[in-house]
Amino acid sequence: MKAFGSWEAVLLSLIVLLYAGFGAGIDGFLSPYALADSTVNISERAVIALAMAMLIIAGEIDLSIAATMALASLAMGLAMQAGAPLPAMFAAGLATGAACGALNGWLVTRRGLPSIVVTIGTLSLYRGIALLALGDQAITGYPDALSTLGNGTLGELVGIEGLIVPIEFGIALLFALGVVVWMHCTVHGRRVFAIGSNPLAARFSGVAAGRYRFGLFVFAGIAAALAAAMLTGRIGSTRPNLAAGWELDAITIALLGGVAIQGGRGSLVGVMLAAVLLGAFTFALAMLNVPGIVVTMIIGGLLIAAMVLPRLLRRRAEGVA
Amino acid sequence: MKRASVLLAVIAVIVLAVGWRAPVFLTLRNVLDIANESSLLAILVAGQAVVLLTRGVDLSVASNLALAGMLCALVGKAFPGAPIALLLLMGLGAGALLGAVNGVLVARCGLPPIVVTLGTMSLGRGAVYMASGGAWVSEQDVHAGIKALPRAELLGVPMLIVIAAVVVAAVAAWLRWRPAGREVIALGNNPDAAVYAGIPQRRRLLQVYALSGALAGLVGVLWVGRYAIAFTELAAGYELTVIAACVIGGVSIAGGIGSVGGAMAGVLFLGVVNAALPVIQVSPFWQQAIAGAVILLSVAVNAGAGRKSRLPILERSVP
Repeated sequence: MKAFGSWEAVLLSLIVLLYAGFGAGIDGFLSPYALADSTVNISERAVIALAMAMLIIAGEIDLSIAATMALASLAMGLAMQAGAPLPAMFAAGLATGAACGALNGWLVTRRGLPSIVVTIGTLSLYRGIALLALGDQAITGYPDALSTLGNGTLGELVGIEGLIVPIEFGIALLFALGVVVWMHCTVHGRRVFAIGSNPLAARFSGVAAGRYRFGLFVFAGIAAALAAAMLTGRIGSTRPNLAAGWELDAITIALLGGVAIQGGRGSLVGVMLAAVLLGAFTFALAMLNVPGIVVTMIIGGLLIAAMVLPRLLRRRAEGVA
Repeated sequence: MKRASVLLAVIAVIVLAVGWRAPVFLTLRNVLDIANESSLLAILVAGQAVVLLTRGVDLSVASNLALAGMLCALVGKAFPGAPIALLLLMGLGAGALLGAVNGVLVARCGLPPIVVTLGTMSLGRGAVYMASGGAWVSEQDVHAGIKALPRAELLGVPMLIVIAAVVVAAVAAWLRWRPAGREVIALGNNPDAAVYAGIPQRRRLLQVYALSGALAGLVGVLWVGRYAIAFTELAAGYELTVIAACVIGGVSIAGGIGSVGGAMAGVLFLGVVNAALPVIQVSPFWQQAIAGAVILLSVAVNAGAGRKSRLPILERSVP
């Protein structure tokens, strides 16, 4: 599967167009600080969208990914209240995320249940546990180091004055680089594509499909925990409705990035580009004082347009030929 | 329907156990309350179950509900003299139109229903905001007829229950006895065979999504009346509750399996659990976790009943 095809080129040119267009139209949009800011609301979503894209490519889906974030954030908060240092908090969050993913994976691969139903169930379950533990309360008072993770810049971290790239964006880029290489440059990634395009054929060719799918669910849980750590650091609190509705954002980013919902096709480069595109778009509209819900609406329209247009064009091309 | 009877037995056990601890739970008043609370969900579930039967899903029900509800609330606010029947028709019509958009995209363009309705869900929610300008239609501005409807009674039975019963019975009868309904079920069982058998696939899919939308629109008007308010986030996230009720009631997400009657057992279950928790003094925060656990349990039970594993190569032949 090509990592950079025509769809990725379209996305990239859209990004360029968008920055150029809004840069010309909005005063200060192209200033370094605004550019750095425009990555903020997308870094966490990009992380879960990439994990989601890998699952969709493998023919599965994880609707519980945002609820897993809430639970991982809760675990970090409880660890902090128990007096744990920062590394132990991270460990608690990651372990919780991995456990949530493992439950999904176990139900899907071992019990043979459809992932969409399983994860609708665990979405309620995880969110319900977070609600149970927190009620209408919130956990606050996180250490400064966590806040730095969410709000700091790479420059502050390494001591270079002008480097104002947010740490979150650095993490998201690093994460994206890792999964792109894994999916597009290793045999493991090829196998995930094979599983998604034809599970039976993949199994007959000796791919341990169940093990890969289980692994991808656990990975999605870990990615959710990472995103949760970033988000918790950025907003400085844990609430039961943390990241509510983000599962749909993640799916939207993955599909806009060119991943086929039927599985087996897609590029993680495209997913990352879609995340950047949406981030810049959201930021630009926010600078123009367009309310968030209208932006959501436009993104919904884009999602449908991204699906309909290629089909219409293909139909026209076939009509000519 | 063995499965539905198991679920009904579980519901009966819960009802009796809670009633034993708190006899007030078994009074007619409480039964009517539970039915009244569940009636809006029941109407939505009837539409969603039909969509699920065709191997589709309608994630846009909640935002269609909100959009139709908001439109009717705004019209009701502008024309306080408008007859309630007209507003109900408007809700139904607006919902059907929104559903038909889903239907066209799914049936004509051949797009996956989950993606289409994900998109129209965002579009609908944004449209609610655009229509209302982000403002609330608050209690005193909600049309008197809309407000009165959920509080009306017919022969001592709350109107919402009557409406829900009529709608659900009509949908169930359509599926059971009308040729079009049978064709919808055939379509879900085996789309290829259904097309070869001459079933107009596109038209049926369009009808199914329009039906789901129309019912969402109807519920929108009732919802606005029930809670006497309309705002942008009306019923946000409710689509998952609707799907959960279907799944608990034995409707398969993979299509072809399930019935409206079974889905109603799922609605009843959620209604009983929600009503029982405060009675036995369990925190309402338990609701969601319980719903999640029950979904997992019921799909696991479902799958036990002879679903083929996805990896037949590893399957031993059972004698």
